[in-house]
Order: sequence, then C-alpha cells, then structure tokens
Amino acid sequence: MATRYFGKPIKRNEDPRLLKGQALFVDDVNLPDMLHVAFVRSDYAHAKIKSIDVSAAREREGVVAVYTAEDLGDYWQPGPLLVPPPPIAGLTFNQKTQVPLAKDRLKHVGEPIAVIVAASRYIAEDAAEDVIVDVEPLEAVADLESALSDEAPVIHEDLDSNLSAHVVQEKGNYAKIRAQADVLIKRRIFYDHGIAAAMENRGIVAHWNAKEQHLKIWDTTQAPIPIQNGLAAMLGLSESQVQVVAPFIGGGFGPKIMMFYPEEVLIPWISMQLQRPVKWIEDRRENFFATTHERSQIHDSEIALTRDGKVLGVQDVFLHDAGAYAPYGLTVPINSQCTLLGPYDVPNYYSEFKAVFTNKTIVTPYRGAGRQHGVFVMERLLDLAAKQLGIDRVEIRRRNYLTPDQFPHDHEIVYQDFAPLVYDSGNYQPALERAAEMIGFHDFIKNDQPAARTAGRHLGIGIVSYVEGTGIGPYEGARIKVDASGKVNVATGIGTQGQGHFTSFAQIVADQLGVTVDNVRVVTGDTCEFHWGTGTFASRGAVVAGNAIHAAAVGVRKKILKHASEHLEAAEADLVLDNGAVHVKGVPQKSVSLGELARISNPLRGAVKPGMEPGLESTDYFGPERGTTASGVHAMIVEVDPDAMMVEIKRFVVVHDCGKVINPMILEGQIHGGVAQGIGNSFYEELVYDEGGQLLNASLMDYLLPTATDVPHIETDHIETPSPLNPLGVKGAGEAGAIPVGALFAQAIEDALSDYDLEILEIPLSPNRLFELVHMQAATKQES
Amino acid sequence: MNTQIEISVKINGKQYSAAAEPRLLLSDFLRHELGLTGTHVGCEHGVCGACTVLLNGEAVRSCLMFAVQADGQDLLTVEGLAAANGDLHPLQAAFREAHALQCGFCTPGFLMSLLPFLQDKPDASEEEIRAALSGNLCRCTGYQNIVKAVKMLLEESNSDPA
Repeated sequence: MATRYFGKPIKRNEDPRLLKGQALFVDDVNLPDMLHVAFVRSDYAHAKIKSIDVSAAREREGVVAVYTAEDLGDYWQPGPLLVPPPPIAGLTFNQKTQVPLAKDRLKHVGEPIAVIVAASRYIAEDAAEDVIVDVEPLEAVADLESALSDEAPVIHEDLDSNLSAHVVQEKGNYAKIRAQADVLIKRRIFYDHGIAAAMENRGIVAHWNAKEQHLKIWDTTQAPIPIQNGLAAMLGLSESQVQVVAPFIGGGFGPKIMMFYPEEVLIPWISMQLQRPVKWIEDRRENFFATTHERSQIHDSEIALTRDGKVLGVQDVFLHDAGAYAPYGLTVPINSQCTLLGPYDVPNYYSEFKAVFTNKTIVTPYRGAGRQHGVFVMERLLDLAAKQLGIDRVEIRRRNYLTPDQFPHDHEIVYQDFAPLVYDSGNYQPALERAAEMIGFHDFIKNDQPAARTAGRHLGIGIVSYVEGTGIGPYEGARIKVDASGKVNVATGIGTQGQGHFTSFAQIVADQLGVTVDNVRVVTGDTCEFHWGTGTFASRGAVVAGNAIHAAAVGVRKKILKHASEHLEAAEADLVLDNGAVHVKGVPQKSVSLGELARISNPLRGAVKPGMEPGLESTDYFGPERGTTASGVHAMIVEVDPDAMMVEIKRFVVVHDCGKVINPMILEGQIHGGVAQGIGNSFYEELVYDEGGQLLNASLMDYLLPTATDVPHIETDHIETPSPLNPLGVKGAGEAGAIPVGALFAQAIEDALSDYDLEILEIPLSPNRLFELVHMQAATKQES
Repeated sequence: MNTQIEISVKINGKQYSAAAEPRLLLSDFLRHELGLTGTHVGCEHGVCGACTVLLNGEAVRSCLMFAVQADGQDLLTVEGLAAANGDLHPLQAAFREAHALQCGFCTPGFLMSLLPFLQDKPDASEEEIRAALSGNLCRCTGYQNIVKAVKMLLEESNSDPA
C-alpha cells in the first residue's frame, strides 16, 4: 500500500469553514421559539441555605419558568461517578458527586442554586438578580493542608472528615533501600495547575420535539456518546431518541469531558418540561467558577541515590485538592503518582496520597491531568541531587534512563486506565542528546553563561524529561462508507476540539482507499452518525480512534477489492486502488471508479449474493489492552532581570517521541500549544483564593493567559519509537507540550540566579514570587 | 428598558435595518439578531479579542459596544473576507497554509485585528507582529504559526512585483 498521505503535513480540510466563520459552534445554534437560561449561583464557598425566594423572578415580564432543587422532584439526583477508583488494594474512596441544583448546602462559589428560563438571556440575567437566597455562611475549607485537621469544618455532613480518598502504591522496598543510600534528599514541593480557559466557554442547546419524540442536544462536550446514553437513562428515553451533537468545539483541554455538569442535566430536562428549545451559554465569569479546574498538590518527597547519582528509590507523600466533589474519581492524583517515575529506572517507590475535599470548584483533568505535578517533583529531586553530587544535569538523567532493552517495562503499580503501569516502548537517550545538542547545552554552560555573567547578565539553562501515558482504552470505533459519488464518509464517535481530526483521520483512510484527502469527509461527535465510543481525552484520539478508522478502512478496502475483482474479472492481487478508482495492473483501460463500484454493490434489482453485504461500508473498533507511553525532552534558555525579576525566554527546544507521526504539521501545532499552556501555568496563571474560598481573580483581566509576546518561538524535533500496541504504531501527543514546562522553568531560573543560591520548589512563579523567594533566601542566609 | 431603537448599519457591504434594545451588545446583535455567527464571543469583557470586527476600517471589540452605537456605520466581519466565489482572502489562505488555527474559535478575531495592522505596517518585524497579536488570546496554537502566517503573507506581498 502506498502511504502518500500518512506522515505528510497535509493542510487541514476543516480550515476553510473555520476561516470564513461558517463552522457551527454550539452558540451558533438558533432555533425558532428558543428560550434562554441564566443561573443563580452561590456567592458563598460554604453555607447553609435557609430559603430561596424566586417569586419576583417569576413575575418578571419575559420569564417563562424558574426552577430550584425543590422543583426537580425525583429528577434531582447526584451525578454519576464518572471514573470509579482503580483496583488498588487498601484504597479508601468516599464517593461524592455534584448535584444539579444545591438543596440545603452550598459547597463552592458558583454552585448553581436556581435556573431562570426567559425569552432572552438579557431578561434571564435580570431575573437572576431578582432571586433572594437567604443563607447562613459557614467557615470555608479553603486551605489544602488544614482541611484534614480536626478543627476543619466537614463539607459533606455524612463523612467524618474531608478525606476524599487515600491511596498507597508501592514497588520494591523503599524503607530498606533508604538505609543503604549514600545520599538522601528530602523536600516539600508545591505544584498548582490552573484552568483550561478554552476560548469558547461551555454551552448547551436542547430541543425536545414532542411530535417526533426526539431530543436533539448540541453540547460543548468532549464525550457526546456517554452524554447521550446518560441523558437517555436520566430522562427515561430510549438512547436512540436522544441525539447529541458536539459540533466544532472551541478548545477542550479536559474540562469539557467532565460529565455531567449540572447544566447538561438541566437544559434537556427543561426543554422537555416546556416543550421548547432551550439554550444556555456560559459566560467567562461563570467559566471560572462552574467549569472544572485542576489546582494544587503538596508533596513531601525524598529521593535516595548512590554516590554516583543512580536513583535507588523515591518516597512521595502528597495531598491533592479534589474540590467540593470528586466525580472524576482518582484520575488526576493517580496520574501524578504514576508519571512521577518518568523515563527513569526507579527500583523502589513508595507513593501515598490523600485527596481532600475543599470548598472550591471541582477538580478534573486539564491538559496534563496531574502529570505536571509528578514530573515536577521527580525533575526537581534529580536537579537537587545533581547539584549536591556535582553531576551535570544532562548526565544525571542519562544515568537513570530506562534503556531500550528494558521494554516493555513494568513499573509494578496501577495506572489511571486500571491496567498495570507498563511502558510499551521507549528510547529516551537520543531525545536527550538531541535536545542538548540543539540548545547547545554544554557550550552554553562553558562559554555563553559565564560571558553573560561577566557582562552583568543572568542567563540560565534548563533541560528536563518526561513521559506521557497516552492512548488508553477502552475503545473507539468508526464506520466508513464509499458514496455513489465516489466520496468517502467516515463517522467516528469522538468529538473534536481543534486537533485536526478531519484531516489526520482522512489521511489514514485516503491511503487505504486510494483517494485524495479532500474526498474524505470525516464526521465526529454526532451520535446519529456513530453511537459507540467514549470521547476525546488522555491524548487518545489518534491512537484509539485513528486505529479504529484504520481497521474500518482496511475492511472497506477488502470489499472494494472483492467487488472490483468480480466486475473487472481480475484477481484481487492484480488490482490497484488509485485516484478514486480500481485499476488492473498493466491494463490501464480496465478500471472502475469507486463511485461506480458503490452503485454496483448496492443494486436496486438483482441480488446481493450470499456472503456479501450491500455497499462499500465497514465498521470496526480498536481497543488497546493498555496505554502507550510517549516521551520527550524540553530545554530552555532564559534571561532573568534580577531587579524586576522578569523572565525572558531566549530559546525553547522540544524533542518529542510519539511514535509514528500521521501529520507533522498538526503534531507541531499540538506541541506549540501545549508549551504555551505550560508557560502560562509556570509563570502567568494562578487561581488566587482568599481564606473564605473566594476566587479573587475570576476574569481574563486578572487571570493572565500568555499572549503572543509571552510565548517564544519553539524549535522542535522528533524521534520515532513506534508503539507495538497498535497497527499504526502511533502514540498520543496532545498533552506532552504542557507537561514538563514547570520543571523547566524552575531549573532554568535557578540556574540564571545561581548567585542567589535559590531552590525553586513551587509552581506557578511570577516576578513577585521570585522577588519574594530571593529575599527570603537572603534573610535566611543572614540569620545563619 | 424594553424600548427598541431602529438602527441601520452596513455590514460586509450589505445594508441591514433592525430594532435593538439600547443595552444590546453589538456582538449579540451581529450573532443573534442578524445571524452573523462568524464573530465569536470569548469573554465579554474586552480581553480575548475573539469578537473583533472592523468599524469604519478600525478594529473594535464588538462585545464592548452597543449595537445602537453602530447605527449608520460601516462594519466588516469575518464573513465579509472571502471573495464572492468563496476563495479565501490572502490572510485566510496564509492562516491555512501555516496551520495558524486549531479549534478556530479565536481565529475570526485574529483575522479582523490583523487586517488594519497589515495595511498600516506592510513591513512589520516579528516583534511588531507579536505586539499586534498580543491583544488577542489563542489557547491552542501558542501563536507561533499565527506569526508565521503573517510573515509569509508579508513576504509574499512584498515580493509581489505588482
């Protein structure tokens, strides 16, 4: 088979629509007679509801309905547990999931209390102001560390404490090896990850058509099929009566796979109650409170090494902020726990965490999904060890990498997909050497840095490694059909949020069927087109859906060959698929177009022979037994102005290995975007809470997203270690850019400010925070 | 409050007349009253730039203007960029060529912000391009390929003998 498209930087099929403003986003759906919704939300982090008075709101002109928890009757149910805890011996998990509307207690700012349905959004927002919620404020649990103390108020009244989960995973025997170590380094490390802040806020439009007994929903979700099935169950409808469309989505990054958001449960129900289309579009302020966050962990970590820098083991005990409820189970802290091990050979590992309920917005995965936290801990420990042992930072990583002969490598703990944490493949050292070479690591340290220092400038360099578990199961599927026009239709269940699925999936199909990419029409995220699958998350689109599409394309190709062989009276082995037709090798006049074959295979008269199916269509699935591990190295040179503590990124290098690459242009775009989000996380973005659980910077004026002047030019290169776990040999790439950037910032800034003898053990940083750290360090030195 | 004011505005060369409440944002007017949904709304407080349109040739944030303020004015939105036969505007084509968009939600705002900039600064440096882009937020691309698209377009038009 010729691979004319796989691996090529093909321009995207979806772009013309997006560029002309013709692509459908949820807020573009406008239906006759449509009603609009605004929510009354909690102003308090923790409070008892004494009464809710909606009478004035109900009387306002233009208001059609107002609902509180009371009005929902039996429909009021806590949401489902999206991800149950993995099978880890001895774990504690206290299940608490969000409710559609708060009933007695308010557990975080922004929790919905009442819904206003009105003729316009403007009127609905006016009426939301009319609602009087009388509350008794309670002390808020805003601090992660004190949340488990005996004095802390308990958020969920039926629990003894704010413990959400307690998990221990162990390999080898850390306590034993600790006694034999030459070097022990122990630190307290803080990592805070912010919000996804997709440019498109969430939104949902529901249209219950009573005559057709059909509910159509447009939802900014990364998981339309589970939404369809879940809503059907909640609303007492057949799954085939519910159609969920995730059209073009303006960025996902994780929070849009959270389900079921209260709004997702309520808007379809309201449409059925009122028998009219209903729309709710989140505004940016709501997005800060009502869309899930990621946030912080506090790690007490220790690394044990030999004198020559070989890691003997790591012990890590951490607290994880779950927020007010934990519908996404343990995915984020388990990712932190597992990804800490990185590309390294760590024979002994003790990892224990407590996930803690706080009076803050729910925490679910956001691009990286806890991996940042783990990678930061391990990379910082290695940097500290390198410094203490006088070993070069590149060398200490080189000494501890798993080597190619150690794969598949079993880490002997359980990953977020419930499978053992086994790396399928990897080859880490070439990426390290390549990144070090590209950025000129040793030359910088030998020449550039001292020269700059002599000139009074503070330049620093960093280099860090990471792995990313990607492409986890359970499965995805696809149906591919050749139309009578000769065009090819591909339907798959996962939604798309900018990853270029319309193109990369088309490339896979085009190669199999001998058509051009622009003749392959991909449909994603419409449950009427395809209703099996889970969603777009965990860097799994290309791996899981990509391989399902590959399998379905192989199936269609077989049917094409069978029909063509009969029609052209030639052996299948002599047929070639090219240019939208099947040709007989060496007999150019003998050919049939795919469109003609599609017609022949679907006759109006005559017979479809036994053993044959009508049409050139095939459906297939792909379910990997476990995830595939991508990896990479980031390196960066910064200059720090020690007066203002501004950090300028001089160079940024990424060498990445995600196995076989379908479309390098799209892949690089994913890396650029991931790095930009990593830079935001490291130096710009921070959710600032006060002790009452109030978020103080809930606007894009105050929560700083990096702009074009903050993100540098990113130089990229690739290593290809194909995954043995799937036929295409691909690994996921969606999150890799974002994962190690915090660790890189800490190392490079520390290096730039080596005169100040800083230890940076926290993210996010900022000029203010660096200034504080330098002055704290100076004060400590003076005291001693 | 519910007083409606008749306004008349030229958008993408076409005259529109409609009634609008004085408080109706221009962005909502374009999107929901006129069905011009190519203009996107990302923050409604003037930071993200997704809603940028041209008002008499100048880039403005349609979420920070009332529809009534556009009465009698001349607007250009993203829908007015491509040629009548559907061919992409050179700036749109450069965005596609350079992979300067991923989810595409912020893209209309970037295109509209760039149009007057490219006219004013046909020989812009990368630093100037980045400064010009810094009023628009993109969460997908890291801006690199947007910068690339602008540079490509400028190089093309500067080397164009016409």
